[in-house]
Parts: sequence; structure tokens; C-alpha cells
Amino acid sequence: MNTLFGEKKEGATKIVLKSVDEYPEAPITLGTTLINFTGDWRTFIPVVDDNKCVKCYICWKFCPEPAIYIREDGYVGIDYDYCKGCGICANECPTKAITMEKEEK
Amino acid sequence: MEYKPIRKVVSGNYAAAYAAKHARVEVVAAYPITPQTSIIEKIAEFIANGEVENLQYVAVESEHSAMAACIGASAAGARAFTATSAQGLALMHEMLHWASGARLPIVMVDVNRAMAPPWSVWDDQTDSLAQRDTGWMQFYAENNQEVYDGVLMAFKVAETVNLPAMVVESAFILSHTYDIVEMIPQELVDEFLPPRKPLYTLTDFDNPVSVGALGTPADYYEFRYKIEKAMEKARKVIKEVGKEFGEMFGRDYSQMIELYRTDDADFVFMGMGSLMGTVKQAVDILREEGYKVGAAKVRWFRPFPKDELYELAKNVEGIAVLDRNFSFGQEGILFNEAKGVLYNTDARPIIKNYIVGLGGRDFTVSDVKKIAENMKAVIEKGELDVEVDWYHLKR
Repeated sequence: MNTLFGEKKEGATKIVLKSVDEYPEAPITLGTTLINFTGDWRTFIPVVDDNKCVKCYICWKFCPEPAIYIREDGYVGIDYDYCKGCGICANECPTKAITMEKEEK
Repeated sequence: MEYKPIRKVVSGNYAAAYAAKHARVEVVAAYPITPQTSIIEKIAEFIANGEVENLQYVAVESEHSAMAACIGASAAGARAFTATSAQGLALMHEMLHWASGARLPIVMVDVNRAMAPPWSVWDDQTDSLAQRDTGWMQFYAENNQEVYDGVLMAFKVAETVNLPAMVVESAFILSHTYDIVEMIPQELVDEFLPPRKPLYTLTDFDNPVSVGALGTPADYYEFRYKIEKAMEKARKVIKEVGKEFGEMFGRDYSQMIELYRTDDADFVFMGMGSLMGTVKQAVDILREEGYKVGAAKVRWFRPFPKDELYELAKNVEGIAVLDRNFSFGQEGILFNEAKGVLYNTDARPIIKNYIVGLGGRDFTVSDVKKIAENMKAVIEKGELDVEVDWYHLKR
């Protein structure tokens, strides 16, 4: 694992580089998305109904962020830290397992 | 293996295509535009004839996509190549920053063509020079041989410093004009240009990287500095690679400014690309007529050969900068660069700008002779008549 890549979530912090020599040659794996959550932009939130999900993963392919991950049990989970609520997943889902609901904040 | 060149009569564009083939490029993504088209046609022909292995041609719908595809391929670790001209290069502009910012050693041939309107397909350097600040290295070829050699060297330099490079040739004057080009046997090209060792790859699944993530003000600055450091390193690498090329194949490119009969010259003509062939011939004639003149051909415009220009300026009384390009509101672009370099030095020869050959206007030996007469008068008088001389203007 690249050290700059870090681990997501619990206690995740962006690695602070103090001198120019510590920087990688190319601007890769900066870790900025670890602290820069983009999920608070949305109004509507996708909710997955596992009973209707057939594990086709079309939502996973189409998610532009990507905020959809595949859970250990094979169903899809949504990473609400990064989901912008675009609704593409709900639109593409062939079994209508994903619905967009107004988010209560 | 002993070097025995393979001599072929080819156009500048075919020279570029053969160089890409010999460099064993793995991905070519390009869109046809006059006068570049025959480069990618020839590459498509290599593929159709089965002459190349492991070369993927991506037919795209625009130059912006061509560069995007090259960026993707290069980030995945492939050796990527493309070619374009004028408006096509301008359309690529946004992606050019992307290539250099992500430190991808893509090589592109730009066939210099005037920007429209008025619509023009003829030679003019403004298209490539307008990409000056994109972080791409730029090599200007004088003839078809230099197009071929330039592409091979550009790959080596680019992959050493991890910056993209542009090899620039003149529309029609080189692109469609046939000349003898000494090509290098594949085994020796392989020796000169081994397979690419990428800085990172998107296909290394054990060490995943994210490319193009957000760079906040806390980090962006350092990466710009790193690009500049790579450009500085490129100055050294270019000279080493040029020297190695000379030792292996007999054509030395260790100088970023090629000096021609400048040793005892009173003044020199400085310029880039194919027009310098005309200038060299004119220098020979002028020498016979008693003018002590020389030619200084700027081979690499980015990184700019500052030290070499400084050395040259110390030993001459005047520099006539021939610009086949123009930066509106100011002056010729090479002239602007050259003056900028010399400002903080002790070397301050008289330097005058001649705007020549825009949009493919003929530039001949007799033009150089007229410029020599004018330059001689300027030096004798010790002051400029005009700083920027629109030499061809119908008055």
C-alpha cells in the first residue's frame, strides 16, 4: 500500500508534507479526498432495498464519484461521505432497488 | 552492432511516422488535420500491414480526445504518441496542461501551421509557441532528418525527466517535401531507447494511485516547482542525450543552440525550424561577399537554452532574431525570450526582431541578404531603426 494513499475513514488524516523534497515527483495519491468529504452537497439521498437488489452492480459501474461500494455480503453500500445525490444509480437500477429520498438534515 | 543507416526518401511526416514506429510506441491516438494527416495515415498503414506489434491506434473524434487518450495510455504506463497542427493543437490546449502536470512523457509531433482566420494551412510557428507555458518541452526541426532524430531523442529526454515533449516541423516545407533521411536499424534504436520505466502506473494494482485528485493551496505550489526542476534537469539531459545520439549515429545534438559559422561573426541570425536551413545557405553566400555573419539555430525552445544564448551574445555585436510567429501587443516570441534572458547579464549586443514568413510567406536567401544589409547598418549606427521589423509588409 502506498503510504500516501492512507486508509479511509476512522482517524484518517491527510498526510502533511513539510518540505518540497517529501513530495512525490508527480501529483498522485495526495490523500486530499480523505478529509475533503463531498457528500454534504446533496438534497436527495439514495436508499438501497436489499430485497430488490439482484447484485448486477450496474449502479456501481455508473456512479461517477464513485460512492458505491460492494459490501462483504455482496449487496451494494453507499458511501454517504462522497455521494452527491445525483440519482444516476436510482435511474439505472433495473429492479428499482434504489430510490431517492429527501434527506433530513 | 555496427551502425549502418537505412536511407529512405521520405516526407517530414513519414519521417515522424517511422520514428514513432522505431520508438516502439504502444498507443497512438490522433485526429486528422492538414498538414499532419499523413503522419497518422502512415502509422495506420504500419498497423494494417502488420509491420508493428503491440501498437494500439485509437481513432478519436477530436484533438482534445486524442490528447486525453494519450494521457490515459501514458498514465497506464504505455509509450504514447500523437500528432497535430494549428487549430487541432489549440483544441488540445487544456489537455496539454494535464499531460505535463501529471508528469506523463507523451511525445507529439506538431506540424507548424498558421492559426486561422484567415484560413491557412501554411507554415507559421505561432500555434506551437502559443503552447509555450503548458510545461511541454519543444524541439524545432530544421529538416526531415531532424524530425526523425527529434522524435527518438524527445522520447528519451521526456521519459528521463517525466515531462511531455513536442517535436515541431514546418507545414509543407518539411511535412510534404521529400528528402533523404538516414534511419536507424531497429536493434540500435532499441539500444538507444529502451522500454519506458514509468514513474507510476494505473495498472499496478498492488500499489494503487489516484491521479488528478484535488491539490489544495497547501500542495499545488510544490508540484509547480517540481515541474520547473524537471525542466532544469532537462537542459542537462538534452545535452547528454544529444551527445549520446551523436556518438551512436554520427549526428550530434549536444548543443541546444546549433551554432553555424559564428566563431568570428560580427552578428548572427537567430531563429528556429526550417527557415534556418535557408539562413545557413545565405550565411555561406554572405561570407563570400565579405559579411562576417553566422547562424544560431535554437533547437530546443523549452526548456530555453539560456546559458548558450548568453555565451553567444558575449561574442557578437548584434543578433537578428527571425520570428515566424508573433505575440500580439508585444513582439516576436523568440525575440521576447532572447531579450529577457540577456537583460540581467553583461552581454547586451544590439538585438533586432524581424517578423518573417508568417502564414507561409516565402522566406528566401535574398531576404536574408536584405536583412543582413539592414542589420549591418543598424550595428554601424549603433542604434535601432525599429525594434520590430515587419519585413515582408507591402508598403
